[in-house]
Amino acid sequence: FYLERSRGRNYEAELQRCHPEVALVEFGDYHPLKPIMVTDTKTRRGARKGSTSSSSSSSSSVPPDPLSSMLDGTDPLSMFAAASASETPAMSHSRREKEEEAVGPDFEPWSSKRGEILARFTTTEKLSIVTAVVSVGKAPSPGSSAVSEKVRTRLEELDDLEEGSQRELLNLSQQDYANRIEELNQSLKEAWASDQKVKALKIVIQCSKLLSDTSVIQFYPSKFVLITDILDTFGRLVYDRIWTMCSDPRPLPDSFTVEDVNDTAKETCLNWFFKIASIRELLPRLYVEAAILKCNRFLNKSGIQETLPRLTAMIRGIGDPLVAAYARAYLCRVGMEVAPHLKDSLNRNFFDLLGTFRQISGESVRNQLVLQRVEVPEYLTLYSPAISWILQCIAYRAPEPLLTEMMERCKKLGNNALLLNSVMRAFRPEFVAIRATDFIGMIKDCDEAGFPKHLLFGSLGRSLACADPPESERLTILNEAWKVVTKVRSPQDYINCAEIWVEFTCRHFTKREVNTVLADIIKHMTPDRAFEDAYPQLQSVIRKILTYFHDFSVLFSMERFLPFLDMFQKDSVRVEVCRSIMEVFIKHQVELTRDPVILNAMLHICKTMHDSVNALTLEDEKRSLALLIIGFIRMVSFGRDFEQQLSFCVEARATFCNLEPVLVQLIHTVNQLAMETRRVMGGNHSRKTAAFVRACAAYSFITIPSLSSIFSRLSLYLLSGQVALANQCLSQADAFLKAAVSILPEVPRSISVEGKLRSSESFLLDFINNFLATLLVVPDHPEHGVLYLVRGLLNMVQDYTWEDNSDAKVRVYISALPLLAAMSQETYLYSIPKVDSNETLYGGDPKFLSEINKLCETLIGQILDHLKALGRDEVRTNADVQRFCFFFLMIRSVLQKVSRGSPCSPAPEHQSLVYKLGKNICASHIRFV
Amino acid sequence: MSVTLDIRLKRANKVYHEGEAVTGVIVLVCKEPLQHHGISLSMEGLVNLQLSSKSVGVFEAFYNSVKPIQLISSNIEVAKAGKIPGGKTEIPFEFPLQTKGNKVLYETYHGVFVNIQYTLRCDMKRSLLAKDLSRNCEFIVHCQPQKAKVAPTPVNFTITPDTLQNIRERSALPKFLIRGHLDATNCVISQPLTGELVVENSDVPIKSIELQLVRVETCGCAEGYARDATEIQNIQIAEGDICHGLSIPIYMVFPRLFTCPTLETTNFKVEFEVNIVIVLHDDHLITENFPLKLCRV
Repeated sequence: FYLERSRGRNYEAELQRCHPEVALVEFGDYHPLKPIMVTDTKTRRGARKGSTSSSSSSSSSVPPDPLSSMLDGTDPLSMFAAASASETPAMSHSRREKEEEAVGPDFEPWSSKRGEILARFTTTEKLSIVTAVVSVGKAPSPGSSAVSEKVRTRLEELDDLEEGSQRELLNLSQQDYANRIEELNQSLKEAWASDQKVKALKIVIQCSKLLSDTSVIQFYPSKFVLITDILDTFGRLVYDRIWTMCSDPRPLPDSFTVEDVNDTAKETCLNWFFKIASIRELLPRLYVEAAILKCNRFLNKSGIQETLPRLTAMIRGIGDPLVAAYARAYLCRVGMEVAPHLKDSLNRNFFDLLGTFRQISGESVRNQLVLQRVEVPEYLTLYSPAISWILQCIAYRAPEPLLTEMMERCKKLGNNALLLNSVMRAFRPEFVAIRATDFIGMIKDCDEAGFPKHLLFGSLGRSLACADPPESERLTILNEAWKVVTKVRSPQDYINCAEIWVEFTCRHFTKREVNTVLADIIKHMTPDRAFEDAYPQLQSVIRKILTYFHDFSVLFSMERFLPFLDMFQKDSVRVEVCRSIMEVFIKHQVELTRDPVILNAMLHICKTMHDSVNALTLEDEKRSLALLIIGFIRMVSFGRDFEQQLSFCVEARATFCNLEPVLVQLIHTVNQLAMETRRVMGGNHSRKTAAFVRACAAYSFITIPSLSSIFSRLSLYLLSGQVALANQCLSQADAFLKAAVSILPEVPRSISVEGKLRSSESFLLDFINNFLATLLVVPDHPEHGVLYLVRGLLNMVQDYTWEDNSDAKVRVYISALPLLAAMSQETYLYSIPKVDSNETLYGGDPKFLSEINKLCETLIGQILDHLKALGRDEVRTNADVQRFCFFFLMIRSVLQKVSRGSPCSPAPEHQSLVYKLGKNICASHIRFV
Repeated sequence: MSVTLDIRLKRANKVYHEGEAVTGVIVLVCKEPLQHHGISLSMEGLVNLQLSSKSVGVFEAFYNSVKPIQLISSNIEVAKAGKIPGGKTEIPFEFPLQTKGNKVLYETYHGVFVNIQYTLRCDMKRSLLAKDLSRNCEFIVHCQPQKAKVAPTPVNFTITPDTLQNIRERSALPKFLIRGHLDATNCVISQPLTGELVVENSDVPIKSIELQLVRVETCGCAEGYARDATEIQNIQIAEGDICHGLSIPIYMVFPRLFTCPTLETTNFKVEFEVNIVIVLHDDHLITENFPLKLCRV
């Protein structure tokens, strides 16, 4: 009753006053964040390891930072990096790394083949290991005894038996076998560590002897991998040991020569070689010598160079072609590792291999296969890892003529399919690609028996996927290849091959050809639901297509693309495929689109993803799916055809009703649409556009209630209300805001944020403040009373069950005061064009003002009551006192703001009350703190 | 009170030639000072001959022919009786490797019936209460390179059923033809035995091809002698049914100690032979023998 009205404000003038003076900062001035300027840096590095010293002088406008001055210019990390960059060759102990450098990173290392072989060549047959301790020649037995030869050999046999030799472990499963070999590997290491070098050697010999056993032949490649691991270990142990013998007084440099090696080390090394040379059996002697090939470096310069050809020739003595092929592969592997420059023995190996090729179809092999019940094609595939590896070594950085020569030689052998396959896999794709037509001819000429042709075409396709054949031949190549591929009967073989060729097709041809290919795949894979077993391959087809076709209008205009997608009938796979398509779409679709083909197809895909959501779907999964769908929705634009866009949103809402984030996005899209309409119309809606924006509002209004998150609902109501207001849809805006107010009581006291339960109070307060700010411009509804919405809101706040001991309610009241003050101004701080706010509606009607004042009175009364309650409270903690002081100051400043300069005097009783309370509080504050 | 006595030769490979000096140190490691009655070092080279059991009865008469033959012997006193300080003591020594008179230093050889061995023996005499200490150390003598030049002469061979001797039923033998050559039969001991072998054809698959190195030791004198051939080592050069028509390398390293240059003296002989053994799948054993002459250059 005293406070007649709020102080009149001149917002313009206040804005002017509030502008801060522009202070220019001169460049070159000191600034705390400016880095220290180093004007001169000299870095000097020592020649030897560790002695990296660097000095730098720095001058800057500020005293040097103590941290950086400690480091003397260079920080330790970059210092190390620099040191290692410049000094690795000199000090690197990691010799293995160096070796790989010698070969180069483009050489596919054995380690990557290893796993593949182990996974590919498996067996369910029972295996056996004969653990026989090999007598290391007869040499070590001193012949000083007089006992006869017979007795002596008998004694030796007894000795062997004592060591538990000649023990045959039967009926081992593949896993047992691998474990057993790993055991041997471990005992090798143990024997070595406990200085039992002879035992270590015996273990290695025993292991390599296992390689001559070709029973359970399907497992042989894997066995080879397992056992050569042991050999590698052994080779490393021996090399390292001799190396350390020379490392006194200082470690041997990596590029050491024979002169750097001391006599003891040489003698030890020589001993190893003599010992190995006396191993009785051929295969162990070969493998073990190959394993320690590198140690030749300690003895003489040309050792490796002489040994490699000798070992190569030695392999000729191995009768079994498979065993020989793998022995060659091992030799090539060791050769590449130790002396990659010695190409000759690699070639020699290959030529020998070709020379013995007729053995593969020989009688002893045939007998063996019959005995083991292994088919010839399966037997032949056992060779491919070995031959491919040998060829890969040869082909590595090999000159073109050599490769041509190799090819000619293969041709001479009657286009042996096995060889051809390995040639195509091992040689550079470019090389193969240029001769693709030749290769096709050769593949055709191969005899069908033995090696299946689809494998050959698979290998060819793999090369062509990486390198381009001459342009003129491409179509012929595709035709020829596909002619064969399409004839493959077994769906599994077919899809394996077709999958490879898809890449070639996508790379060089248009959608027409790809479409044909897809049609063919569908034709092959549909009968008997063969696709069910080929999901990985089919997925890879999709992936390949997506890599090459980024234009989705082209992609979806392929007739067979969607039918192809229909083959993915397992839900998880289908969703994964859809997801990958969406990812590519979002990444590569730059322009907004309205293409009906794309929209239809994408909607279909998104719907598939959406429909996969069920009660069991994880939150993260849902979120990522929603993100993808949102990405799609954002890419859709019908340009000026707003109605079309709205109807798209309607459709999308129906389709994606289970994913809330999508619905939220749709509401945003529609709101944006309304604002866009407003922009196009320049703010003046025609009848038609007005109807349209109302339709938009209606869309939002019916969509929002379906959201479960209360805060999304609140903020969307507010946002949509604002949009409606901006579009002069007053009643819609009113409805939105009313809806917002009406759901306020539903806001729970705590909500879960990122999985943690948190109080919702701060969110709610934020929202209410935002809401209050909007209310300034919302005109009162003619049928409801003055300040209908404000009252409504305040009532809700009043009735809301706030947390105990919470000041939230009072805070809302306090923030409502400025709103009321702003409402009583003659001109409002802000307004919406074409919308008359209360200022115009009431035109400063005193009744209106007094209503506001009354409201203010009530609020202030409430606030003061709260303050009193706080002041009276017996139990007061420090926090309470702080709270009180805060409110005290708040209310004071608000009152001052509201009342200063107003025509009437401020309410003295309130003022005095405030001051009295203040004194009390200050006293209690002193008492308690 | 523990003490260890060790002889360390200067050369890591312990190989010495006639006329050179065998040098090294005697290493004594003890915790406390050690009282002793003198340390002596002796060098000895011996040829030990042994008769195989089967010929003992026949040749008992030539008993003296199997007495060890001393090639070299010398003795020096390293230290007079006294005290060795605690810790590690190294006493250097040097023996000239020189024979007396017209004796020849044969090369070190470890065989079955003939052994040629050179040892250093260090003895430390101690008081009655403590045991005497001694330590043996073998060193290896390589004989001087032979002056005469060895011209390698390849030896060709062909093995067919017809070339074989000592067979019971020639008709039961499967057909085969194996050809090849040894690069030389007068070999340099430090270099491997090399050659090639080709299985041209064979009715029965081959099981294995091996190189058998054999020593032929002869003991005795003009009155009578015992000759024994024993295997030194067996090296497999082919396993399984190897590819016909493809040459297989023959390669064998002569083992150290167990081989020496071919030796012929009045009392004993050491000779070497190599057998190429072909085992067929039906367990037929075909052996081709080649006497070798080893030398050192």
